[in-house]
Amino acid sequence: MENDQDKIISDATSGEYKYGFYTDIEIETIPKGLSEDVVRLISSKKNEPEWMLEYRLKAFRKWQKMKMPEWAHLKIPEINYQDIIFYAAPKQKPHLESLDEVDPELIETFNKLGIPLNEQKIFTGVAVDAVMDSVSVKTTFKETLADRGIIFCSFSEAVQEHPDLIKKYMGKVVPSTDNYFAALNSAVFSDGSFCYIPKGVRCPMELSTYFRINAANTGQFERTLIIADEESYVSYLEGCTAPQRDENQLHAAIVEIIAEKRAEVKYSTVQNWYPGDKNGVGGIYNFVTKRGICKGEYSKISWTQVETGSAITWKYPSCILKGDNSVGEFYSVAVTNNYQQADTGSKMIHIGKNTKSTIISKGISAGKSQNSYRGLVKVHKNASHARNFSQCDSLLLGDRCGAHTFPYIEVNNQTGIVEHEATTSKIGEDQIFYCNQRGISTENAIGLIVNGYAKEVFNKLPMEFAVEAQKLLEISLEGSVG
Amino acid sequence: MLQIKDLKATIEGKEILKGISLEVKEGEIHAIMGPNGSGKSTLAAVLAGREFAKITHGSVKYMGKDLLEMSPEERSKEGIFLGFQYPIEIPGVSMVNFMKTAINEHRKHRGEDPISASDFLKIMREKKALVEIDSALTSRSVNEGFSGGEKKRNEIFQMAMLEPKLSILDETDSGLDIDALRVVANGVNKLKRDDSATIVITHYQRLLDYIVPDVVHVLFDGKIVKTAGKELAIELEEKGYDWIKKEVDSE
Repeated sequence: MENDQDKIISDATSGEYKYGFYTDIEIETIPKGLSEDVVRLISSKKNEPEWMLEYRLKAFRKWQKMKMPEWAHLKIPEINYQDIIFYAAPKQKPHLESLDEVDPELIETFNKLGIPLNEQKIFTGVAVDAVMDSVSVKTTFKETLADRGIIFCSFSEAVQEHPDLIKKYMGKVVPSTDNYFAALNSAVFSDGSFCYIPKGVRCPMELSTYFRINAANTGQFERTLIIADEESYVSYLEGCTAPQRDENQLHAAIVEIIAEKRAEVKYSTVQNWYPGDKNGVGGIYNFVTKRGICKGEYSKISWTQVETGSAITWKYPSCILKGDNSVGEFYSVAVTNNYQQADTGSKMIHIGKNTKSTIISKGISAGKSQNSYRGLVKVHKNASHARNFSQCDSLLLGDRCGAHTFPYIEVNNQTGIVEHEATTSKIGEDQIFYCNQRGISTENAIGLIVNGYAKEVFNKLPMEFAVEAQKLLEISLEGSVG
Repeated sequence: MLQIKDLKATIEGKEILKGISLEVKEGEIHAIMGPNGSGKSTLAAVLAGREFAKITHGSVKYMGKDLLEMSPEERSKEGIFLGFQYPIEIPGVSMVNFMKTAINEHRKHRGEDPISASDFLKIMREKKALVEIDSALTSRSVNEGFSGGEKKRNEIFQMAMLEPKLSILDETDSGLDIDALRVVANGVNKLKRDDSATIVITHYQRLLDYIVPDVVHVLFDGKIVKTAGKELAIELEEKGYDWIKKEVDSE
């Protein structure tokens, strides 16, 4: 029976990464390495105003004095920042008036990833900002959205076109010196998405950013800023993939969300960076700072993430619940297989009165992977009647992987109610046999059970995304259970 | 349909089945009775393909094929159904989804397209009525939080949905009150076809008041020690298993 389990596990873990291809396209890169000159060079490449450069330099100087955080349950090999290219851009004309001017290779690449950039071909009602390596390649439906006063563009464009908004909001939720990787990003970020939803507007379509790492030896450092003005609503999606390579690549991103009075932002991620091969060679190091502030009363920020990729994931999408009666949510499915490591969770900081937060975290570990939930629920002394419910479940496939839970709770107001539930379970051999006896193959049985386990989170994803996520989960765990 | 020849199996080195021979023909109902620990459940598990028992000797032919060569899911798709003594809970997986996946795997095996949602719901309604299963049960997760009786009824419901050729019911009557027992037995009787067969494994005779077997076998210490008509079951109920033990010992 043990051999059988091993076989099942090895079958399941042998799933192929679908997005491992590389697009051979002419790219412009800067020399390897990181220094103040490199920061200046990136800024000048982007024609940035002086204040932006100053922001970067301040972050860089601070970063030089910082140390990589070591508190996570991760084994992070030393990263040689002098061996990384900090800027790589597909060569193209500086201003794109229409899709015809986008390199057909790029369009093809995104087609292959299932992200059509041609608006006529899109029927799903999703506007996309496509980012390859260090630059945004194309943003769709910009005009349609502009009619309603919605700004959706690349971050670089926003710096040029909407400097007041950038100055007002950038770095306010995640300060440039917040942590090691946030400081690094603030110094060298190259592009990302910017989104502003004006007062009272309900964004008529899903907005999404698709991140693609293509070039070798590069890092991707993008930042996203979403501002939902009073009584507005937006649902935002993020997807990411990278080619299959033996070297590790670094991805350090920042996402900031600001929700004003009665605004609601729903942010969904399907993270599928290249996870490395079966033996743990290659894969993306994913160090991301995602944070939103519910600034106004009755505002709401909801994070949903499906994390299946990356060799190492370090990520804690968080909510600062400042406005009274504001709501923060975090729904997560994190899958690790083979030698992947994930340390992920959320922080819910209750500052306003009657604030509510929910954390639902579902970890799935297979192979020899390590999967940790780390979360903080903090209730400030003025946050009367704050409520939190946290549920952290771990599912183990096989007996060579690890699942860990690190919940931190700080309650400084007696009226607060904080609940924490945690379970750990294993897909049992008897469950698999029961399915087998009804004619269901082991592979499909695992799919059924895992999807059943993660359903609560999948239900929070927008429709097309949920289907995609389910498939992804099956691929990620293909061959992994006993 | 099923020919078992001198089948021997061990669990963790201990011989549990010590040479079983048995033939089941289409249209027949066989009852396998015996005291606890005689090997009844092991026999059922071996027929379904569970690998905790190691087969050391003998052969099993099913519909002309070597059953022991087939994977558990192949056996299912070829028409073998095992009603579990202890049905397994699968949290998060709805009965509907579970059953639909199973049916589609069976259909695929027969070269048919997946069943349409409306056809599926229609069949499900019919079969639910047939086995008198509560509607709400099928909208819940597989066996999760079901009472003992509900679990057993759910087994019969799945049997109805999959329309097996050979059903093996392992102690389906254990833990059932008389009403549940009647429902389960009625289900089995209604689902009986001329080209199907059933093996009922039971400790007690009372299930056989409702399901009338053509043949009754007594399994004792890993061997079939007695085979006769349905009157054997009644004799066992009256006299218990001791006289069988004595008979065996005196041989």
